[in-house]
Amino acid sequence: MAIDWLKVTPRGLYCEPGDFFIDPASAVERAVITHGHGDHARPGNAHVLATAETIAIMRRRMGETAGGTLDAAAYGETRTLGGVSVRLVPAGHILGSAQAVLEHDGARVVISGDYKRRADPTCPPFEPVPCDVFITEATFGLPVFRHPPDGEEIERLLHSVKLYPERCHLVGVYALGKCQRVLMLLRRAGYLDPVYLHGALIGLVELYQSLGVAMGEVRPVAGVSRDDLRGKIVMAPPSGDADAWARRLPDPVVAFASGWMRVRQRAKQRGVELPLVISDHADWDELLQTIADCAPGEIWVTHGAEEALVRQATLSGYRARALAVPGFEAEEE
Amino acid sequence: MERFARLLDALVFTPARLGKLRLMQDYFASAGDPERGWALAALTGEIAFAAVKPMQIRALALERLDEELFALSYDFVGDLAETVALAWPQRPAQGAVPALAAIVAALTATTREDAGSLLERWLDLLDPTGRWALLKLVTGALRVGVSARLAKTALAEQWRVPLDEIEQVWHGLAPPYEPLFSWLEGRAPRPDTAGRPTFTPLMLAQPIEDEELARLDPAAYRAEWKWDGIRVQLVARGGRRLYSRTGDDVGPAFPEITAALPEDAVLDGELLVVRQGAVAPFNDLQQRLNRKTATPKMLRDFPAWVRLYDIIEEAGEDLRALPFDARRARLEAWYRRAPRPLFDLSPLLPFSDWDELGRLRDGARERGIEGIMLKRGDSPYLTGRPKGPWFKWKRAALAVDAVLMYAQRGHGKRSSFYSDYTFGVWREGELVPVGKAYFGFTDDELRMLDRWIRAHTIERFGPVRAVEPALVLEIAFDSVHRSTRHKSGLAMRFPRIHRIRWDKPAAEADTVEALTPLVT
Repeated sequence: MAIDWLKVTPRGLYCEPGDFFIDPASAVERAVITHGHGDHARPGNAHVLATAETIAIMRRRMGETAGGTLDAAAYGETRTLGGVSVRLVPAGHILGSAQAVLEHDGARVVISGDYKRRADPTCPPFEPVPCDVFITEATFGLPVFRHPPDGEEIERLLHSVKLYPERCHLVGVYALGKCQRVLMLLRRAGYLDPVYLHGALIGLVELYQSLGVAMGEVRPVAGVSRDDLRGKIVMAPPSGDADAWARRLPDPVVAFASGWMRVRQRAKQRGVELPLVISDHADWDELLQTIADCAPGEIWVTHGAEEALVRQATLSGYRARALAVPGFEAEEE
Repeated sequence: MERFARLLDALVFTPARLGKLRLMQDYFASAGDPERGWALAALTGEIAFAAVKPMQIRALALERLDEELFALSYDFVGDLAETVALAWPQRPAQGAVPALAAIVAALTATTREDAGSLLERWLDLLDPTGRWALLKLVTGALRVGVSARLAKTALAEQWRVPLDEIEQVWHGLAPPYEPLFSWLEGRAPRPDTAGRPTFTPLMLAQPIEDEELARLDPAAYRAEWKWDGIRVQLVARGGRRLYSRTGDDVGPAFPEITAALPEDAVLDGELLVVRQGAVAPFNDLQQRLNRKTATPKMLRDFPAWVRLYDIIEEAGEDLRALPFDARRARLEAWYRRAPRPLFDLSPLLPFSDWDELGRLRDGARERGIEGIMLKRGDSPYLTGRPKGPWFKWKRAALAVDAVLMYAQRGHGKRSSFYSDYTFGVWREGELVPVGKAYFGFTDDELRMLDRWIRAHTIERFGPVRAVEPALVLEIAFDSVHRSTRHKSGLAMRFPRIHRIRWDKPAAEADTVEALTPLVT
């Protein structure tokens, strides 16, 4: 079935009959936002449709510029925009993340946004929706990306904390999603000590707490003496100058929680000593599983390793093509 | 195999030398025989498997993976072993994960045809880290940042044995080194390596400055040129070996030298490239270093030569306790006894006082001379770097003003600082790199440089930053040579930061033309 009512424009994926964009690259009149990460949720749209959690995240990050009118839809609730029905379905990526399910002209298109299939204590799991066209991300769309169980990675972190009681562990995490998930995973693994946070992480952790996600005791790292940080876990966002900031820490073991850590050279290049393969994106097997679950007539691949996923989907008998959508970043940085 | 794989994995990610030592010490102390011996052989580069070639590993992967997907994966990862280890579509296989010793035994006994099916079964049995370690092992390129020397240092530190003693027995032993571990653990005497071509740690010289020299008695010392090659030990005792200063066997890269080695002697000398009696630039010698073999073209273009300094053993007689003068007489007699092609003697320089020797040193413009060696006439041949009997008196360093171009983060304690600097000089209004330096500055200067670099970065490539061409570094160096490695066509020997010229405008730094007349 040929879908001609959804197209790629310089401002992003555009639904013509509904006159709205999905995750536009610059401000538009009407936007459907899948989740709160900066390359999907941008400021200044006149009308925004998203989950209540995503709207709360946008408000926290952007303040007044989060959008003109902010329409919070519950998962599964249907809105109709210019004859197109729009429904948000859990994507399992971060708190509030959703797939956009569009129906028009008897055809159903699912826009995955970013997603993963494994359990995440901070958000409801991905729900596969059978569809005619499945528009998927492909951040880790190469067969080299197979994320190990996150529990194993947390165990490696805790083992290292035990091994080096005189050092502190500096865990690089993305401020939105990864930070809160790693905190919860630590608690579930029985780690109950306070976790120290870089200032840039505190706002979103407080927001998650206010939305009912419990993450145990966290403290700002600012003002804590070097000696009091020995044997402790410190979290900070990954940034180019994190190493200069880290000088205040007692001989830190530099860890980083990301799917990219699967590839040694990548980890080494960043000066990471303890790579933790914990990702909020689907790995290769999850991407293929999701395609099988949605059984689409056609697959459009947006950002990441499009070429490889298109190749594999084609080999498996699907019609697939790469879609160059502006604005999405292949790297989670 | 799993423990060895975890060791390699941890080594890759541990940048600091001390951290690497701690990891290896833990492993050697707790892994049993023969597993740890094979691991030691792998880390020191003492095992190689002729049966497995990278092409074969690729072919194995392509039996299970689409070629295009494999190519895209390889492109992203950039390393064959890691690509295959990560992308391997694992199938259930019968049996237990093989031990390292079993893998080595099976691979040694197999043929190239059968190696493939062995590997395939192991790849199915191992986890991704195990697969990566296996593939690194069979292709003989571990690249985990551990030299043979560092692995032996781990043994020395773990069992509190001098590293020199390990070096001395090392070349008389073979993997999996059970007698070595028994000795280290105090369960057996030191392995008997008499009659084997083992390495004897070299006697090294201390640097000396003019003021200190003035206090010494010139009559007590003998002088020789300090030749700019690599120091070697030539051993002919139950086998012929050519050892570098650290005890690595460099013989295979210099087959003409090993072939010319006379029977029954252990000699100390300088390995050089010599054409028509003249020493070629160090850069020529470099063409032949760090290679497994030498091609006929290299033998012709870069002919090797050894200039002899000393004799340590002759016909089974250990001469190390003799004074230098007596050993020199033995060396000269040995040299006269038969034709010695590809060898000559490093001449003794007559002098009566330090001023005369100083004039000699500064007047020497012959290529291949770095300065002067001073050796007490009564000095026995002592292992290591004792203070007093031998000195090196180097020629004053040369210097240029260069401009900082790139900075890279250091390792270990310096890992959060930009401490490795690439600098360049001007050529037609453009900066061209001429060298790299990572010492010569104080901790405070390092902090200031780091701050400057962060504030003046114009581009980043992984751990490297390109900086605004605005900071002048006065670089001291021993010599400068022609090089095809640098865009400038020049390369420095022993460059170090002499001064940071915060005051000097970059436009006033030196040019390639200014450096060219210094080329040797």
